[in-house]
Amino acid sequence: MSHSSHILICRGTACVSAESREVQTEFGKQLKQRGLQEQVRVVHTGCFGFCARGPVMVILPQGTMYCEVRVEDVREIIEKHILGGQTVERLLFKDPVTQEVTEKIDDIDFFKKQVRIALKNCGHINPDDIREYIARDGYKALGTVLTKHSPEEVINIIKKSGLRGRGGGGFPTGLKWELTRKSPGKLKYVICNADEGDPGAFMDRSILEGDPHSVLEAMAIAGYAIGAGQGFIYVRAEYAIAVQRLTTAISQAREMGVLGKGLFETDFEFDIELRLGAGAFVCGEETALITSIEGNRGEPRPKPPFPAQAGLWGKPTLINNVETLANIPAIILNGAEWYAGFGTEKSKGTKVFAIAGKIGNTGLIEVPMGITLREVIYDIGGGIPEGRKFKAAQTGGPSGGCIPAGLLDTSIEYDTLLEAGSMMGSGGLIVMDDSDCMVDIAKFYLEFTCDESCGKCTPCRVGTKRMLEILERITEGKGTIDDIDLLKELGHGIKEASLCGLGQSAPNPVLSTLKYFEDEYIAHARDKVCPAGVCKKLSSIRIVPEECKKCGACAKVCPVDAIEGKPRELHEIDPDKCIKCGKCIEKCCFKAIKR
Amino acid sequence: MCQCNCEEPKSNEALELEKVYVKYEGKKGALIPVLQAAQDIYGYLPAEVLKDISARLRIPVSKIYGVVTFYAQFHLNPRGRNIVRVCLGTACHVRGGAKIAEAVTKAIGIKDGETTEDLRYTFESVACLGACGLAPVMMVNDETHGRLTPDKIAALLEKYE
Repeated sequence: MSHSSHILICRGTACVSAESREVQTEFGKQLKQRGLQEQVRVVHTGCFGFCARGPVMVILPQGTMYCEVRVEDVREIIEKHILGGQTVERLLFKDPVTQEVTEKIDDIDFFKKQVRIALKNCGHINPDDIREYIARDGYKALGTVLTKHSPEEVINIIKKSGLRGRGGGGFPTGLKWELTRKSPGKLKYVICNADEGDPGAFMDRSILEGDPHSVLEAMAIAGYAIGAGQGFIYVRAEYAIAVQRLTTAISQAREMGVLGKGLFETDFEFDIELRLGAGAFVCGEETALITSIEGNRGEPRPKPPFPAQAGLWGKPTLINNVETLANIPAIILNGAEWYAGFGTEKSKGTKVFAIAGKIGNTGLIEVPMGITLREVIYDIGGGIPEGRKFKAAQTGGPSGGCIPAGLLDTSIEYDTLLEAGSMMGSGGLIVMDDSDCMVDIAKFYLEFTCDESCGKCTPCRVGTKRMLEILERITEGKGTIDDIDLLKELGHGIKEASLCGLGQSAPNPVLSTLKYFEDEYIAHARDKVCPAGVCKKLSSIRIVPEECKKCGACAKVCPVDAIEGKPRELHEIDPDKCIKCGKCIEKCCFKAIKR
Repeated sequence: MCQCNCEEPKSNEALELEKVYVKYEGKKGALIPVLQAAQDIYGYLPAEVLKDISARLRIPVSKIYGVVTFYAQFHLNPRGRNIVRVCLGTACHVRGGAKIAEAVTKAIGIKDGETTEDLRYTFESVACLGACGLAPVMMVNDETHGRLTPDKIAALLEKYE
């Protein structure tokens, strides 16, 4: 049975929470009522990446994209688009800045500049149906590898492709495979690190939700290359949809005979077990993750020995991140040269970024390495909303740093980001505007790492706590100028002396903001002022007389009665009573109250 | 009438847990999956259950206690019927996640990490739910709610009995 139209509805986490499941059900119901279920097929897919406009859907063959579709819109889409052959204008994508309307998904700027390799199937196939993956050349790479290549040849292809670890470290993937293969021992393991914990990064979740089989296939290829028969996926328990899709995918792959014994009529066997993370950020660190699978407190151990030498239960173990693995089948099918054709000299291929914060199009994008931050933020991301000014982009989560406006033209590569005092990390990219306080942001990240420090080594356990105390002092107006030097000294010490990546990178958010925004620290510590007006104890709230319309709304919401004045008279805030909660700022319709 | 010499009949929960033991028997690294399954059954990890797991897996209670207290997911006290998780990750932080947390406290009268006396709600803050596109976000049980404003919170929580 061939269908004349396909409706692809995103069922990633963000769209599901915007009720895409209900929209899909409604489509099914109404198409059936009209007897159209034979002509129009409704498919639920993984993440399109356009999360800010969810729920999103695409109608094929036209390639029309509709955004923010509600249950009430279903009837109109069926009557006008499916039956009438016209587009429903009001649901098309409208550029937040230029107000320009675009019909086709491929013409939208957000998608135009992207190169999708790791995300190639996300949004195109039903992740719960292995046949759809196979129809897009799924498991062909595994078949090719098992029947045509020796393990050494596979490793060579990956080495030549220049692929580096996408989880943060950037270690050359092919080399990691080679080292694990060369380690002596019969029993080896492959682990997929899906313990994505960086606040602001959600690419691994989207890949697992949208294209779980690509990860399973890559793990089997890796197993063949290094000589392992068992794989583990360590995934965060919080990712409910991803866990459910992986469970389905593993059982379908076993039924289809692409996992298990005698794959592709060879004597190679490979199977995968799912392990759920129990909520500890440090378990994203590879040695901590291994300790956790073994059933212990997830504390890291010193390296060497590296997991490639002695990993899970002391056996040589290959541990790769989800996004790294998702690139593997495409590299095998299209060749190392093809992959190395994207990107730059030292950073090959593409990288997925989760863009969020103060940006027009929040969502998930995949771009060639070497693209500039400016292109990502302004061309793809649609710029900064509400006419505000760009201040900094935070990359690499709690291990990374902030990149200021002056470096917007930096190309995005592993090494250039390190030089700028940040890092690639897992690919979270949070945009901040002039209403964000950089000292507050640094404090925010330190609160996170301090909380997530496992406590095994002293520099990280005690050091991050001391740094946090200093930052709390500074943001409360109790800091001194010497505190800034102390922060730097402590930060460098923690970097040098910590046991694992968490501690070694924990001071980065502070050190990088100190590098580019030291003036803000000085303003807090010496002048007792928070220039952005974020730090409550260092800001005052005032009413601008020229803009006040004397309505009295602010006085009604003030919880401490700090606003004095009668209706139709100018109001004033009593600074001694004011607790700077900001309720009046939210209430004022005329934006007459400012920090 | 029970004819055997057992002290008391096993509860449904204990029978469920028995199945879990069978599934993981002889498997390496079984402790965490068993604890996760036990918490699913009981809703939290009572002390007697930890002792039982210790005996069955032959792992000292002290070690189990160490593991349970290391991971944020495990709970030693009863939890509310509805788990409210407010995201305070970076994207939510810059878009006002803290105000959502304040609104939750105001609506149900408990702070981060607490459970209401009637066991209706447990409130916890989390570092990132990975739904940054919809910031600020909170999750109630398995449902994610995005693009929140403080004034929406009370009505939203009211729906969860």
